[in-house]
Amino acid sequence: MIRIALRMLTGDTAKYVGLVCGVAFAVMLMAQQASIFVGLMLRTAAQVIDVVDADLWVMDPRVIYVEEIEPLPESALWRVRGVAGVGWATPFFKGLTVARAPDGRLQQVFVLGVDDASLAGSPPRMLQGSVEDLRRPGAIVLDRVGALFIWPGEEPAPGKVLEMADRRATVVGVAEASAPFTTFPVIYTRYSEALRFAPPPRKPLSYILVRAQVGEDIDALAARIESETGLLALRWQDFVWRTIRYYLTRTGIPVNFGITVALGFIVGAAVVGQTFMIFVLENLRQFGALKAMGVSNGTLLRMVLAQAGAVAAIGYGLGIGLAAVFFEVTGRTNVDLRGFFLPWWVAAIVAGAVVLIILVASIASIRKALTLDPAVVFK
Amino acid sequence: MNGAVVTARGVAKDFPSGDGTIRVLHGIDLTVRAGEMLLLVGPSGCGKTTLISILAGILSASEGAIEVLGQDVRHLTPSAAARFRRETVGFIFQQYNLLPSLTAAENAAIPLVVRGERLDRATRRARAVLEGLGMGAHAEKLPRQLSGGQMQRVAIARALVHDPPFIVCDEPTAALDAASGHEAMRQLRASAVRPGRAVVVVTHDPRVYGFADRIARMEDGRIVEIAEDAAAIRRMTEH
Ligand SMILES: Nc1ncnc2c1ncn2[C@@H]1O[C@H](COP(=O)(O)OP(=O)(O)O)[C@@H](O)[C@H]1O
Ligand SMILES: [Mg+2]
Repeated sequence: MIRIALRMLTGDTAKYVGLVCGVAFAVMLMAQQASIFVGLMLRTAAQVIDVVDADLWVMDPRVIYVEEIEPLPESALWRVRGVAGVGWATPFFKGLTVARAPDGRLQQVFVLGVDDASLAGSPPRMLQGSVEDLRRPGAIVLDRVGALFIWPGEEPAPGKVLEMADRRATVVGVAEASAPFTTFPVIYTRYSEALRFAPPPRKPLSYILVRAQVGEDIDALAARIESETGLLALRWQDFVWRTIRYYLTRTGIPVNFGITVALGFIVGAAVVGQTFMIFVLENLRQFGALKAMGVSNGTLLRMVLAQAGAVAAIGYGLGIGLAAVFFEVTGRTNVDLRGFFLPWWVAAIVAGAVVLIILVASIASIRKALTLDPAVVFK
Repeated sequence: MNGAVVTARGVAKDFPSGDGTIRVLHGIDLTVRAGEMLLLVGPSGCGKTTLISILAGILSASEGAIEVLGQDVRHLTPSAAARFRRETVGFIFQQYNLLPSLTAAENAAIPLVVRGERLDRATRRARAVLEGLGMGAHAEKLPRQLSGGQMQRVAIARALVHDPPFIVCDEPTAALDAASGHEAMRQLRASAVRPGRAVVVVTHDPRVYGFADRIARMEDGRIVEIAEDAAAIRRMTEH
């Protein structure tokens, strides 16, 4: 009977297409908006995510997200290095400055200063050049997309020069950096150079990157650093969350995206529910005939659920496919949308939402079919 | 061989109406025998449809006893009634009630599928039944590609495909012109009437009375006359 149910559904082409498109539309809207939201939130912590060689970030306890830097005194570095279990601890500078291209073009840039000696905190994915070249005077590594902002239309390459704070900087390498929330180019340089390129605050030390000694329990070490120095020590994941939580609670971004996602859900549920109801109502006579011929209510329920399930599955596949294609295409063709992707768990949550939509949509229809009096067939 | 397939004794049916109920069937006594085609006739609104709905286990009687092949049909739970209908009864509805997106053969196969057979196997058997009704060339067509008479033959095939011992038809000729109606009744008579099977046909079309073995005439919810033989049937037709 399930096959017959599906034939009833696909036989009514107009409504079938309408139902599938309704679900697909809702799925695409929800998946796409939710993914962009997730992507934006991850962007807020891009520069934390891109540091791969530290176990802990140590900072002033007043720091509530990565951009709001409370500089540390130089002595903090020594105090952290003195905590038992610390393998190494290096300074990390994060600042903003203005870069001037040779043609006079100005561009606001992030300057990240990594430890002069160890280069800890430098970009993990080099496209051209080598991190070691940062040791040369005035050397910088630029993120690829950021370079495109500074030199539009030109593939970035080592050898190009910039001016920051009236000092010459030479590009020695190009790296792949995660897109930051504000799409400024990211410039990596040594800590001592960074203080010259960017106007240094009174206390220049933004963060301390810490690697634990081998075998050390990271959480225990973090607790020890906090109790001995009065600073805040966070695993990178926790710092990412701290930053994201700031944007979640202090900005209108989640509300904005939430409204769109909810709209996708509501419109989807309404359109699908309405159309499905009409579909079932128009087929009530057919259902009645089947009931007269001895189809039980259980089977009838399975038939309606199969129809709803088919609509959900096909619409979901279509919608999630479209969303994935959207990210695939835009990620390749549009640098502003690079790095946005469809997380599997967003796809899973949207699948849950579709199940909900289809249940909400079919409840009324199911009631109609189940309470149907088979005597209607003789009317 | 001529044992009763259906016996109804003292059957009454009340429908809710306003605050109370309205009785539309009064003390119906009726037997439908194996191997016969019984016509149930009478003016519109006299209770014919209600009566066959009760005999076929679609409605339950308010009073009286109904037995079909020894089974008490009056006191069935909804699911037992559904099982009774799918195992015992073949239906032909006035409106055909074919599923528009299934082919003729698939439509005719439904009772087998309802009993748990696979659609493709059931469709193969339905095709054979359609062939027997001269519908072989139309087996793969959709209902909207068929004429009224052809649709009615698909409905007949659907009532026969699972070889039920009891077939009920509600006004099978009402939606057809005189010639197709006559042809449909001829086919129904030829294909449906079998030893061991009871066929009840509701009609108010005197032109098809000649196909009956017996005719029960109803008025105002009562059976007022039963024509038991050809002479009596002829007399009833002339009135
Ligand atoms: N579900 C119902 N509720 C109330 N009255 C009904 C219902 N079904 C039929 N009736 C009434 O019962 C009477 C008999 O109807 P029906 O059996 O359809 O007659 P027929 O088939 O002979 O035309 C009519 O007066 C009709 O209005
Ligand atoms: Mg009637």
